[in-house]
Amino acid sequence: MPDPFLIGEAMTGGYGATDILHDCTIAVEKGQIAVIVGPNGAGKSTAMKAVFGMLNLRGGRVRLNGEDITKLSPQDRVARGMAFVPQTHNIFTSMTVEENLEMGAFLRRDDIKPALEQVYHLFPILKTKRTQPAGELSGGQRQQVAVGRALMTQPQVLMLDEPTAGVSPIVMDELFDRIIEVARSGISILMVEQNARQALNIADKGYVLVQGANRYTDTGANLLADPDVRRSFLGG
Amino acid sequence: MDLLNALVAFLNFVVIPAASYGAQLAVGALGVTLIFGILRFSNFAWGDTMAFGTMVVILFTWLFQSLGISIAPLPTALLALPFSIVITSALLLGTDRVVYRFYRKQKAKPIILVIVSAGVMFVMNGLVRIVIGTEEQNFADGGRFLISAGDFKAWTGLAEGLAIKGTTAVTMVTALLTMSALFWFLQKTRTGKSMRAFSDNEDLALLSGINPDRVVQVTWVIAAALAVIAGTLYGLDKSFRPFIYFSLLLPIFASAVVGGLGSPMGAVAGGFVVAFSEIVVTYAWKKVITYIVPQTWAPDSLMQLLSTDYKFAVSFSILIIVLLFMPNGLFNKGK
Repeated sequence: MPDPFLIGEAMTGGYGATDILHDCTIAVEKGQIAVIVGPNGAGKSTAMKAVFGMLNLRGGRVRLNGEDITKLSPQDRVARGMAFVPQTHNIFTSMTVEENLEMGAFLRRDDIKPALEQVYHLFPILKTKRTQPAGELSGGQRQQVAVGRALMTQPQVLMLDEPTAGVSPIVMDELFDRIIEVARSGISILMVEQNARQALNIADKGYVLVQGANRYTDTGANLLADPDVRRSFLGG
Repeated sequence: MDLLNALVAFLNFVVIPAASYGAQLAVGALGVTLIFGILRFSNFAWGDTMAFGTMVVILFTWLFQSLGISIAPLPTALLALPFSIVITSALLLGTDRVVYRFYRKQKAKPIILVIVSAGVMFVMNGLVRIVIGTEEQNFADGGRFLISAGDFKAWTGLAEGLAIKGTTAVTMVTALLTMSALFWFLQKTRTGKSMRAFSDNEDLALLSGINPDRVVQVTWVIAAALAVIAGTLYGLDKSFRPFIYFSLLLPIFASAVVGGLGSPMGAVAGGFVVAFSEIVVTYAWKKVITYIVPQTWAPDSLMQLLSTDYKFAVSFSILIIVLLFMPNGLFNKGK
Protein backbone atom coordinates (compact mmCIF):
# COMPACT_ATOMS: atom_id res chain seq x y z
CA MET A 1 0.00 0.00 0.00
CA PRO A 2 1.46 3.40 -0.90
CA ASP A 3 2.12 5.93 1.83
CA PRO A 4 -0.79 8.21 2.75
CA PHE A 5 -0.24 11.86 1.78
CA LEU A 6 0.47 12.86 5.38
CA ILE A 7 1.23 10.37 8.12
CA GLY A 8 2.37 10.64 11.70
CA GLU A 9 3.55 7.09 12.30
CA ALA A 10 3.98 5.41 15.67
CA MET A 11 4.37 8.76 17.39
CA THR A 12 5.49 8.68 21.03
CA GLY A 13 6.12 11.81 23.03
CA GLY A 14 4.73 14.64 25.16
CA TYR A 15 5.40 18.17 26.32
CA GLY A 16 7.58 17.33 29.30
CA ALA A 17 9.07 14.24 30.85
CA THR A 18 5.93 12.10 30.64
CA ASP A 19 4.69 10.76 27.31
CA ILE A 20 1.16 11.64 26.28
CA LEU A 21 1.21 9.80 22.97
CA HIS A 22 2.02 6.12 22.86
CA ASP A 23 2.77 4.63 19.48
CA CYS A 24 0.01 6.69 17.93
CA THR A 25 -0.56 6.77 14.17
CA ILE A 26 -2.59 9.40 12.32
CA ALA A 27 -2.79 9.72 8.55
CA VAL A 28 -4.78 11.48 5.86
CA GLU A 29 -5.05 10.85 2.13
CA LYS A 30 -5.03 13.49 -0.58
CA GLY A 31 -8.30 15.43 -0.66
CA GLN A 32 -9.84 13.41 2.15
CA ILE A 33 -11.06 14.27 5.62
CA ALA A 34 -9.56 12.51 8.62
CA VAL A 35 -11.05 13.11 12.05
CA ILE A 36 -9.54 12.45 15.46
CA VAL A 37 -12.08 11.84 18.19
CA GLY A 38 -11.93 10.49 21.71
CA PRO A 39 -12.68 11.32 25.33
CA ASN A 40 -11.24 14.35 27.13
CA GLY A 41 -7.54 14.01 27.78
CA ALA A 42 -7.10 11.32 25.15
CA GLY A 43 -4.31 13.31 23.52
CA LYS A 44 -6.28 14.33 20.42
CA SER A 45 -4.88 17.83 20.22
CA THR A 46 -1.48 16.55 21.24
CA ALA A 47 -1.50 14.07 18.35
CA MET A 48 -2.35 16.90 15.98
CA LYS A 49 0.39 19.12 17.39
CA ALA A 50 2.84 16.26 17.08
CA VAL A 51 2.05 15.93 13.38
CA PHE A 52 2.62 19.68 13.03
CA GLY A 53 5.94 19.60 14.87
CA MET A 54 4.84 21.46 17.96
CA LEU A 55 6.23 18.91 20.39
CA ASN A 56 9.30 16.73 20.46
CA LEU A 57 8.75 13.13 19.49
CA ARG A 58 10.69 10.46 21.31
CA GLY A 59 9.64 7.90 18.77
CA GLY A 60 7.98 7.67 15.39
CA ARG A 61 8.12 9.73 12.23
CA VAL A 62 6.07 12.23 10.29
CA ARG A 63 6.05 12.02 6.49
CA LEU A 64 4.52 14.43 4.03
CA ASN A 65 4.18 13.21 0.47
CA GLY A 66 6.72 10.48 1.16
CA GLU A 67 9.30 12.88 2.59
CA ASP A 68 10.41 12.62 6.22
CA ILE A 69 9.61 15.95 7.92
CA THR A 70 10.00 14.79 11.53
CA LYS A 71 12.83 17.23 12.20
CA LEU A 72 11.24 20.30 10.59
CA SER A 73 9.96 23.22 12.67
CA PRO A 74 6.28 24.20 12.38
CA GLN A 75 7.30 27.25 10.30
CA ASP A 76 9.16 25.03 7.85
CA ARG A 77 6.12 22.78 7.63
CA VAL A 78 4.02 25.83 6.74
CA ALA A 79 6.41 26.48 3.89
CA ARG A 80 5.97 22.83 2.78
CA GLY A 81 2.22 23.27 2.44
CA MET A 82 0.82 22.46 5.85
CA ALA A 83 -1.54 24.88 7.59
CA PHE A 84 -2.70 24.74 11.17
CA VAL A 85 -5.69 26.39 12.86
CA PRO A 86 -5.24 26.35 16.64
CA GLN A 87 -8.26 25.84 18.85
CA THR A 88 -7.97 29.22 20.59
CA HIS A 89 -6.16 32.47 19.85
CA ASN A 90 -6.39 31.62 16.18
CA ILE A 91 -6.97 35.11 14.80
CA PHE A 92 -5.24 38.50 15.08
CA THR A 93 -7.97 40.24 17.08
CA SER A 94 -6.65 43.78 16.63
CA MET A 95 -6.32 43.49 12.87
CA THR A 96 -9.02 43.66 10.24
CA VAL A 97 -10.43 40.56 8.60
CA GLU A 98 -8.56 41.31 5.39
CA GLU A 99 -5.29 41.93 7.25
CA ASN A 100 -5.74 38.57 8.97
CA LEU A 101 -6.02 36.91 5.59
CA GLU A 102 -3.04 38.86 4.24
CA MET A 103 -0.96 37.64 7.17
CA GLY A 104 -1.96 34.10 6.29
CA ALA A 105 -0.38 34.65 2.89
CA PHE A 106 2.74 36.23 4.41
CA LEU A 107 5.13 33.70 2.90
CA ARG A 108 3.79 34.20 -0.60
CA ARG A 109 5.43 36.78 -2.78
CA ASP A 110 3.08 36.38 -5.74
CA ASP A 111 -0.33 37.99 -6.19
CA ILE A 112 -2.58 36.95 -3.31
CA LYS A 113 -5.77 38.36 -4.86
CA PRO A 114 -6.98 35.01 -6.29
CA ALA A 115 -6.50 33.28 -2.93
CA LEU A 116 -8.30 36.15 -1.23
CA GLU A 117 -11.21 35.86 -3.66
CA GLN A 118 -11.37 32.10 -3.06
CA VAL A 119 -11.63 32.61 0.69
CA TYR A 120 -14.30 35.30 0.21
CA HIS A 121 -16.13 32.93 -2.11
CA LEU A 122 -16.00 30.20 0.53
CA PHE A 123 -16.97 32.56 3.38
CA PRO A 124 -19.00 35.42 1.81
CA ILE A 125 -19.65 37.03 5.20
CA LEU A 126 -15.93 37.78 5.53
CA LYS A 127 -16.02 39.93 2.41
CA THR A 128 -18.70 42.17 3.86
CA LYS A 129 -16.76 42.41 7.14
CA ARG A 130 -13.33 42.71 5.63
CA THR A 131 -12.45 46.13 7.09
CA GLN A 132 -13.71 45.25 10.57
CA PRO A 133 -11.31 44.21 13.35
CA ALA A 134 -11.51 40.43 13.58
CA GLY A 135 -11.83 40.63 17.37
CA GLU A 136 -15.25 42.25 16.98
CA LEU A 137 -16.77 39.32 15.07
CA SER A 138 -19.01 36.56 16.44
CA GLY A 139 -17.57 33.18 17.39
CA GLY A 140 -18.56 31.49 14.14
CA GLN A 141 -17.22 34.35 12.04
CA ARG A 142 -13.96 34.27 13.97
CA GLN A 143 -13.60 30.58 13.12
CA GLN A 144 -14.19 31.45 9.47
CA VAL A 145 -11.42 34.05 9.68
CA ALA A 146 -9.16 31.48 11.31
CA VAL A 147 -9.81 28.88 8.62
CA GLY A 148 -9.57 31.54 5.92
CA ARG A 149 -6.19 32.70 7.24
CA ALA A 150 -4.88 29.14 7.08
CA LEU A 151 -6.20 28.66 3.53
CA MET A 152 -4.38 31.78 2.32
CA THR A 153 -1.11 29.87 2.18
CA GLN A 154 -2.90 27.61 -0.33
CA PRO A 155 -1.87 24.57 1.70
CA GLN A 156 -2.02 20.94 0.70
CA VAL A 157 -3.05 19.90 4.18
CA LEU A 158 -5.31 21.86 6.49
CA MET A 159 -5.20 20.91 10.16
CA LEU A 160 -8.03 22.08 12.40
CA ASP A 161 -8.03 21.81 16.18
CA GLU A 162 -11.69 21.69 17.26
CA PRO A 163 -12.96 24.18 14.69
CA THR A 164 -16.50 24.03 16.07
CA ALA A 165 -15.66 24.55 19.74
CA GLY A 166 -18.06 27.07 21.21
CA VAL A 167 -20.19 27.72 18.14
CA SER A 168 -23.91 27.04 17.78
CA PRO A 169 -25.14 23.82 16.06
CA ILE A 170 -26.31 25.75 13.01
CA VAL A 171 -22.93 27.42 12.62
CA MET A 172 -21.27 24.05 13.17
CA ASP A 173 -23.19 22.46 10.27
CA GLU A 174 -22.34 25.44 8.11
CA LEU A 175 -18.67 25.16 9.02
CA PHE A 176 -18.62 21.41 8.29
CA ASP A 177 -20.17 22.09 4.86
CA ARG A 178 -17.38 24.55 4.14
CA ILE A 179 -14.78 22.04 5.30
CA ILE A 180 -16.18 19.43 2.90
CA GLU A 181 -15.99 22.03 0.15
CA VAL A 182 -12.33 22.67 0.97
CA ALA A 183 -11.58 18.94 0.86
CA ARG A 184 -13.29 18.65 -2.53
CA SER A 185 -10.83 21.21 -3.89
CA GLY A 186 -8.08 18.67 -3.23
CA ILE A 187 -6.87 19.84 0.17
CA SER A 188 -6.43 17.11 2.78
CA ILE A 189 -8.11 17.84 6.08
CA LEU A 190 -7.03 16.56 9.46
CA MET A 191 -9.14 17.67 12.36
CA VAL A 192 -9.79 17.09 16.02
CA GLU A 193 -13.43 17.25 17.04
CA GLN A 194 -15.48 17.17 20.22
CA ASN A 195 -18.69 16.72 18.26
CA ALA A 196 -17.70 13.17 17.38
CA ARG A 197 -20.91 12.04 15.70
CA GLN A 198 -21.21 14.99 13.32
CA ALA A 199 -17.51 14.91 12.56
CA LEU A 200 -17.44 11.20 11.77
CA ASN A 201 -20.39 11.81 9.47
CA ILE A 202 -18.21 13.84 7.16
CA ALA A 203 -15.01 11.88 7.74
CA ASP A 204 -13.41 9.59 5.20
CA LYS A 205 -11.29 8.21 7.99
CA GLY A 206 -11.77 8.35 11.74
CA TYR A 207 -9.32 7.80 14.57
CA VAL A 208 -10.59 7.08 18.05
CA LEU A 209 -7.83 7.80 20.55
CA VAL A 210 -7.80 6.70 24.17
CA GLN A 211 -4.99 7.66 26.51
CA GLY A 212 -2.72 8.67 23.69
CA ALA A 213 -3.04 5.45 21.73
CA ASN A 214 -5.12 4.32 18.75
CA ARG A 215 -8.23 2.45 19.94
CA TYR A 216 -10.29 2.24 16.75
CA THR A 217 -9.35 3.25 13.24
CA ASP A 218 -11.76 2.88 10.35
CA THR A 219 -13.82 4.86 7.86
CA GLY A 220 -16.13 7.41 9.41
CA ALA A 221 -19.21 5.42 8.41
CA ASN A 222 -17.90 2.15 9.85
CA LEU A 223 -17.00 3.76 13.15
CA LEU A 224 -20.49 5.26 13.38
CA ALA A 225 -21.94 1.81 12.75
CA ASP A 226 -19.66 0.02 15.20
CA PRO A 227 -21.68 -0.79 18.34
CA ASP A 228 -18.59 -0.64 20.61
CA VAL A 229 -17.64 2.80 19.37
CA ARG A 230 -21.23 3.98 19.64
CA ARG A 231 -21.59 2.76 23.19
CA SER A 232 -18.25 4.02 24.45
CA PHE A 233 -17.76 7.27 22.62
CA LEU A 234 -20.92 8.41 20.92
CA GLY A 235 -23.35 8.03 23.80
CA GLY A 236 -25.22 4.95 22.49
CA MET B 1 -9.73 92.61 32.52
CA ASP B 2 -7.83 91.82 29.38
CA LEU B 3 -8.83 88.48 27.90
CA LEU B 4 -6.82 88.87 24.74
CA ASN B 5 -3.56 89.40 26.58
CA ALA B 6 -4.49 86.55 28.93
CA LEU B 7 -5.03 84.27 25.95
CA VAL B 8 -1.73 85.26 24.34
CA ALA B 9 0.14 84.73 27.61
CA PHE B 10 -1.59 81.33 28.01
CA LEU B 11 -0.66 80.30 24.49
CA ASN B 12 2.89 81.54 24.83
CA PHE B 13 3.72 80.05 28.22
CA VAL B 14 1.50 76.97 28.35
CA VAL B 15 0.10 75.74 25.04
CA ILE B 16 3.12 76.17 22.79
CA PRO B 17 5.73 74.79 25.21
CA ALA B 18 3.44 71.92 26.16
CA ALA B 19 2.67 71.05 22.54
CA SER B 20 6.37 71.03 21.74
CA TYR B 21 7.33 69.01 24.82
CA GLY B 22 4.33 66.73 24.21
CA ALA B 23 5.48 66.01 20.67
CA GLN B 24 8.94 65.10 21.97
CA LEU B 25 7.46 62.79 24.62
CA ALA B 26 5.09 61.28 22.04
CA VAL B 27 7.91 60.28 19.70
CA GLY B 28 9.86 58.85 22.65
CA ALA B 29 6.81 57.01 23.97
CA LEU B 30 6.21 55.48 20.53
CA GLY B 31 9.57 53.77 20.83
CA VAL B 32 8.79 52.47 24.32
CA THR B 33 5.39 51.20 23.29
CA LEU B 34 6.74 49.55 20.14
CA ILE B 35 9.40 47.67 22.11
CA PHE B 36 6.82 46.69 24.70
CA GLY B 37 4.35 45.50 22.08
CA ILE B 38 6.79 43.43 20.08
CA LEU B 39 9.69 42.52 22.33
CA ARG B 40 7.36 42.40 25.34
CA PHE B 41 9.34 44.24 27.96
CA SER B 42 9.69 47.76 29.33
CA ASN B 43 13.02 49.05 28.11
CA PHE B 44 14.64 50.97 30.97
CA ALA B 45 17.61 51.75 28.75
CA TRP B 46 15.37 53.96 26.62
CA GLY B 47 16.42 57.32 28.09
CA ASP B 48 20.06 56.44 27.62
CA THR B 49 19.40 55.17 24.10
CA MET B 50 18.01 58.63 23.39
CA ALA B 51 21.10 60.15 25.00
CA PHE B 52 23.38 58.00 22.85
CA GLY B 53 21.52 58.89 19.66
CA THR B 54 21.54 62.57 20.50
CA MET B 55 25.24 62.42 21.35
CA VAL B 56 25.99 61.02 17.90
CA VAL B 57 23.85 63.78 16.38
CA ILE B 58 25.87 66.37 18.31
CA LEU B 59 29.17 64.87 17.17
CA PHE B 60 28.04 64.95 13.55
CA THR B 61 26.69 68.48 14.01
CA TRP B 62 30.15 69.59 15.19
CA LEU B 63 31.73 67.80 12.27
CA PHE B 64 29.43 69.49 9.77
CA GLN B 65 29.92 72.87 11.43
CA SER B 66 33.70 72.49 11.24
CA LEU B 67 33.34 71.61 7.56
CA GLY B 68 31.12 74.62 7.04
CA ILE B 69 28.13 72.52 6.02
CA SER B 70 24.88 74.18 6.98
CA ILE B 71 21.20 74.00 6.11
CA ALA B 72 20.34 77.35 7.71
CA PRO B 73 17.80 78.45 8.80
CA LEU B 74 17.23 74.80 9.79
CA PRO B 75 19.46 73.39 12.54
CA THR B 76 22.44 71.38 11.31
CA ALA B 77 21.36 68.59 13.67
CA LEU B 78 18.60 67.63 11.23
CA LEU B 79 21.28 66.80 8.68
CA ALA B 80 23.01 64.63 11.26
CA LEU B 81 19.85 62.61 12.06
CA PRO B 82 20.24 59.90 9.38
CA PHE B 83 23.87 59.27 10.36
CA SER B 84 22.94 58.91 14.00
CA ILE B 85 20.01 56.63 13.16
CA VAL B 86 22.39 54.28 11.35
CA ILE B 87 24.89 54.23 14.22
CA THR B 88 22.24 53.93 16.93
CA SER B 89 20.56 51.10 14.99
CA ALA B 90 23.88 49.31 14.93
CA LEU B 91 24.22 49.80 18.70
CA LEU B 92 20.71 48.47 19.39
CA LEU B 93 21.06 45.53 17.00
CA GLY B 94 24.42 44.74 18.57
CA THR B 95 22.94 44.94 22.07
CA ASP B 96 20.14 42.64 20.98
CA ARG B 97 22.61 40.20 19.51
CA VAL B 98 24.83 39.96 22.60
CA VAL B 99 22.31 40.59 25.38
CA TYR B 100 18.58 40.40 24.69
CA ARG B 101 18.67 37.51 22.24
CA PHE B 102 20.16 35.25 24.88
CA TYR B 103 17.20 35.89 27.21
CA ARG B 104 14.67 35.71 24.38
CA LYS B 105 15.88 32.25 23.40
CA GLN B 106 15.38 31.16 27.00
CA LYS B 107 11.88 32.65 26.93
CA ALA B 108 12.80 34.74 29.96
CA LYS B 109 9.95 36.45 31.80
CA PRO B 110 9.36 40.14 30.98
CA ILE B 111 10.52 41.20 34.45
CA ILE B 112 13.90 39.58 33.79
CA LEU B 113 14.22 41.50 30.54
CA VAL B 114 13.34 44.70 32.41
CA ILE B 115 16.22 44.10 34.83
CA VAL B 116 18.48 43.21 31.91
CA SER B 117 17.53 46.49 30.23
CA ALA B 118 18.46 48.30 33.45
CA GLY B 119 21.92 46.79 33.08
CA VAL B 120 22.07 47.91 29.46
CA MET B 121 21.01 51.34 30.69
CA PHE B 122 24.08 51.62 32.93
CA VAL B 123 26.39 50.52 30.13
CA MET B 124 24.92 53.00 27.63
CA ASN B 125 24.95 55.72 30.25
CA GLY B 126 28.64 55.12 30.91
CA LEU B 127 29.38 55.03 27.20
CA VAL B 128 27.75 58.42 26.64
CA ARG B 129 29.55 60.00 29.61
CA ILE B 130 32.89 58.67 28.46
CA VAL B 131 32.45 60.02 24.94
CA ILE B 132 30.84 63.40 25.49
CA GLY B 133 31.08 63.98 29.24
CA THR B 134 28.41 64.95 31.71
CA GLU B 135 28.33 68.64 30.85
CA GLU B 136 25.50 70.45 29.17
CA GLN B 137 25.81 70.80 25.38
CA ASN B 138 23.95 73.31 23.29
CA PHE B 139 23.92 72.30 19.66
CA ALA B 140 20.96 74.25 18.32
CA ASP B 141 21.95 76.52 15.48
CA GLY B 142 19.83 77.88 12.66
CA GLY B 143 17.03 80.41 13.05
CA ARG B 144 16.24 81.30 16.67
CA PHE B 145 12.68 82.47 16.20
CA LEU B 146 9.97 81.90 13.67
CA ILE B 147 8.01 84.69 15.33
CA SER B 148 9.75 86.69 18.06
CA ALA B 149 7.88 88.22 20.99
CA GLY B 150 8.99 91.71 19.97
CA ASP B 151 7.71 91.35 16.41
CA PHE B 152 4.43 89.95 17.66
CA LYS B 153 3.94 92.89 20.02
CA ALA B 154 4.77 95.31 17.23
CA TRP B 155 2.23 93.69 14.86
CA THR B 156 -0.61 93.35 17.32
CA GLY B 157 0.02 96.20 19.74
CA LEU B 158 -0.65 93.80 22.63
CA ALA B 159 1.32 93.97 25.86
CA GLU B 160 1.99 90.22 25.76
CA GLY B 161 4.26 88.70 23.17
CA LEU B 162 3.78 85.37 21.43
CA ALA B 163 7.06 83.77 20.44
CA ILE B 164 7.46 80.67 18.34
CA LYS B 165 11.00 79.39 18.58
CA GLY B 166 12.61 77.87 15.53
CA THR B 167 13.15 74.67 17.50
CA THR B 168 9.46 74.53 18.40
CA ALA B 169 8.51 74.64 14.74
CA VAL B 170 11.17 72.05 13.91
CA THR B 171 9.89 69.82 16.72
CA MET B 172 6.28 70.01 15.60
CA VAL B 173 6.99 69.39 11.92
CA THR B 174 9.55 66.62 12.49
CA ALA B 175 7.36 64.89 15.08
CA LEU B 176 4.36 65.03 12.77
CA LEU B 177 6.34 63.60 9.86
CA THR B 178 7.82 60.88 12.06
CA MET B 179 4.47 59.83 13.45
CA SER B 180 2.80 59.87 10.03
CA ALA B 181 5.60 57.77 8.58
CA LEU B 182 5.40 55.29 11.45
CA PHE B 183 1.63 54.93 11.26
CA TRP B 184 1.75 54.57 7.49
CA PHE B 185 4.43 51.89 7.89
CA LEU B 186 2.49 49.96 10.53
CA GLN B 187 -0.86 50.18 8.72
CA LYS B 188 0.07 49.82 5.07
CA THR B 189 3.27 47.91 4.54
CA ARG B 190 3.71 44.16 4.62
CA THR B 191 6.51 44.38 7.19
CA GLY B 192 4.54 46.82 9.33
CA LYS B 193 1.50 44.57 9.33
CA SER B 194 3.64 41.58 10.22
CA MET B 195 4.92 43.56 13.22
CA ARG B 196 1.37 44.26 14.36
CA ALA B 197 0.49 40.61 13.83
CA PHE B 198 3.52 39.55 15.88
CA SER B 199 2.53 41.97 18.64
CA ASP B 200 -1.09 40.77 18.57
CA ASN B 201 -0.50 37.01 18.61
CA GLU B 202 3.05 35.75 18.47
CA ASP B 203 2.21 32.04 18.07
CA LEU B 204 -0.19 32.65 15.21
CA ALA B 205 2.36 34.95 13.54
CA LEU B 206 4.83 32.07 13.63
CA LEU B 207 2.18 29.73 12.17
CA SER B 208 1.70 32.26 9.37
CA GLY B 209 5.37 32.03 8.48
CA ILE B 210 6.32 35.47 9.85
CA ASN B 211 10.02 35.44 10.65
CA PRO B 212 10.41 36.49 14.31
CA ASP B 213 14.08 37.44 13.95
CA ARG B 214 13.27 39.85 11.18
CA VAL B 215 10.41 41.42 13.13
CA VAL B 216 12.76 41.93 16.09
CA GLN B 217 15.44 43.51 13.91
CA VAL B 218 13.06 45.89 12.19
CA THR B 219 11.66 46.85 15.59
CA TRP B 220 15.12 47.78 16.89
CA VAL B 221 15.89 49.85 13.81
CA ILE B 222 12.62 51.77 14.11
CA ALA B 223 13.17 52.16 17.85
CA ALA B 224 16.62 53.58 17.12
CA ALA B 225 15.16 56.11 14.69
CA LEU B 226 12.53 57.16 17.25
CA ALA B 227 15.11 57.46 20.05
CA VAL B 228 17.40 59.59 17.90
CA ILE B 229 14.58 61.85 16.71
CA ALA B 230 12.95 62.26 20.12
CA GLY B 231 16.31 62.91 21.80
CA THR B 232 17.46 65.38 19.19
CA LEU B 233 14.21 67.34 19.23
CA TYR B 234 14.35 67.56 23.02
CA GLY B 235 18.01 68.57 22.94
CA LEU B 236 17.46 71.24 20.29
CA ASP B 237 14.52 72.67 22.18
CA LYS B 238 16.20 72.60 25.60
CA SER B 239 19.73 71.30 25.86
CA PHE B 240 21.62 68.04 26.04
CA ARG B 241 22.75 66.55 29.33
CA PRO B 242 23.08 62.78 29.78
CA PHE B 243 21.51 62.84 33.23
CA ILE B 244 18.45 64.76 32.05
CA TYR B 245 17.94 62.18 29.31
CA PHE B 246 18.09 59.38 31.83
CA SER B 247 15.36 61.08 33.86
CA LEU B 248 13.20 61.56 30.75
CA LEU B 249 12.44 57.88 31.21
CA LEU B 250 9.73 58.72 33.71
CA PRO B 251 7.55 61.13 31.68
CA ILE B 252 8.05 58.94 28.60
CA PHE B 253 6.94 55.80 30.39
CA ALA B 254 4.06 57.71 31.92
CA SER B 255 3.04 58.76 28.39
CA ALA B 256 3.21 55.22 27.07
CA VAL B 257 1.28 53.82 30.04
CA VAL B 258 -1.41 56.51 29.93
CA GLY B 259 -2.23 55.60 26.36
CA GLY B 260 -1.89 51.89 27.01
CA LEU B 261 1.43 50.11 26.50
CA GLY B 262 1.59 48.59 23.05
CA SER B 263 -0.79 51.11 21.50
CA PRO B 264 0.93 53.62 19.17
CA MET B 265 -2.07 55.97 19.11
CA GLY B 266 -2.12 55.85 22.89
CA ALA B 267 1.55 56.76 23.11
CA VAL B 268 0.98 59.89 21.06
CA ALA B 269 -2.07 60.95 23.10
CA GLY B 270 -0.25 60.06 26.32
CA GLY B 271 2.71 62.25 25.38
CA PHE B 272 0.48 65.29 25.12
CA VAL B 273 -1.52 64.43 28.25
CA VAL B 274 1.66 64.20 30.33
CA ALA B 275 3.23 67.33 28.82
CA PHE B 276 0.15 69.49 29.30
CA SER B 277 -0.37 68.21 32.85
CA GLU B 278 3.23 68.87 33.76
CA ILE B 279 3.22 72.41 32.43
CA VAL B 280 -0.25 73.34 33.68
CA VAL B 281 0.66 72.21 37.19
CA THR B 282 4.07 73.85 37.32
CA TYR B 283 3.27 77.09 35.46
CA ALA B 284 3.07 80.28 37.52
CA TRP B 285 -0.43 81.45 36.62
CA LYS B 286 -0.08 84.89 38.21
CA LYS B 287 0.27 86.73 34.91
CA VAL B 288 -2.66 85.08 33.15
CA ILE B 289 -4.91 85.46 36.19
CA THR B 290 -3.97 89.10 36.67
CA TYR B 291 -5.22 89.78 33.14
CA ILE B 292 -8.51 87.98 33.70
CA VAL B 293 -9.64 89.14 37.16
CA PRO B 294 -10.42 92.74 38.19
CA GLN B 295 -7.32 94.63 39.27
CA THR B 296 -8.07 94.55 42.97
CA TRP B 297 -8.23 90.74 42.94
CA ALA B 298 -4.83 90.35 41.36
CA PRO B 299 -2.92 87.63 43.21
CA ASP B 300 0.27 88.40 45.12
CA SER B 301 1.71 84.92 44.95
CA LEU B 302 2.95 83.24 41.78
CA MET B 303 -0.18 81.05 41.65
CA GLN B 304 1.96 78.02 40.94
CA LEU B 305 0.55 74.68 42.06
CA LEU B 306 3.94 72.99 42.23
CA SER B 307 7.44 74.28 41.77
CA THR B 308 9.08 73.08 38.55
CA ASP B 309 11.43 71.01 40.70
CA TYR B 310 8.45 68.74 41.26
CA LYS B 311 7.51 68.28 37.63
CA PHE B 312 8.37 64.59 37.74
CA ALA B 313 5.86 64.22 40.56
CA VAL B 314 3.23 65.01 37.94
CA SER B 315 4.34 62.12 35.73
CA PHE B 316 4.44 59.88 38.76
CA SER B 317 0.94 60.87 39.84
CA ILE B 318 -0.44 60.31 36.35
CA LEU B 319 1.28 56.94 36.20
CA ILE B 320 -0.22 55.88 39.54
CA ILE B 321 -3.71 57.17 38.76
CA VAL B 322 -3.81 55.44 35.39
CA LEU B 323 -2.43 52.17 36.75
CA LEU B 324 -4.99 52.22 39.58
CA PHE B 325 -8.07 53.09 37.59
CA MET B 326 -7.36 52.21 33.96
CA PRO B 327 -4.52 49.71 33.98
CA ASN B 328 -4.96 49.03 30.28
CA GLY B 329 -4.55 52.68 29.44
CA LEU B 330 -6.92 55.02 27.68
CA PHE B 331 -6.60 53.42 24.26
CA ASN B 332 -6.48 49.70 24.97
CA LYS B 333 -9.87 48.08 25.00
CA GLY B 334 -9.60 45.39 27.72
CA LYS B 335 -6.99 43.13 26.27
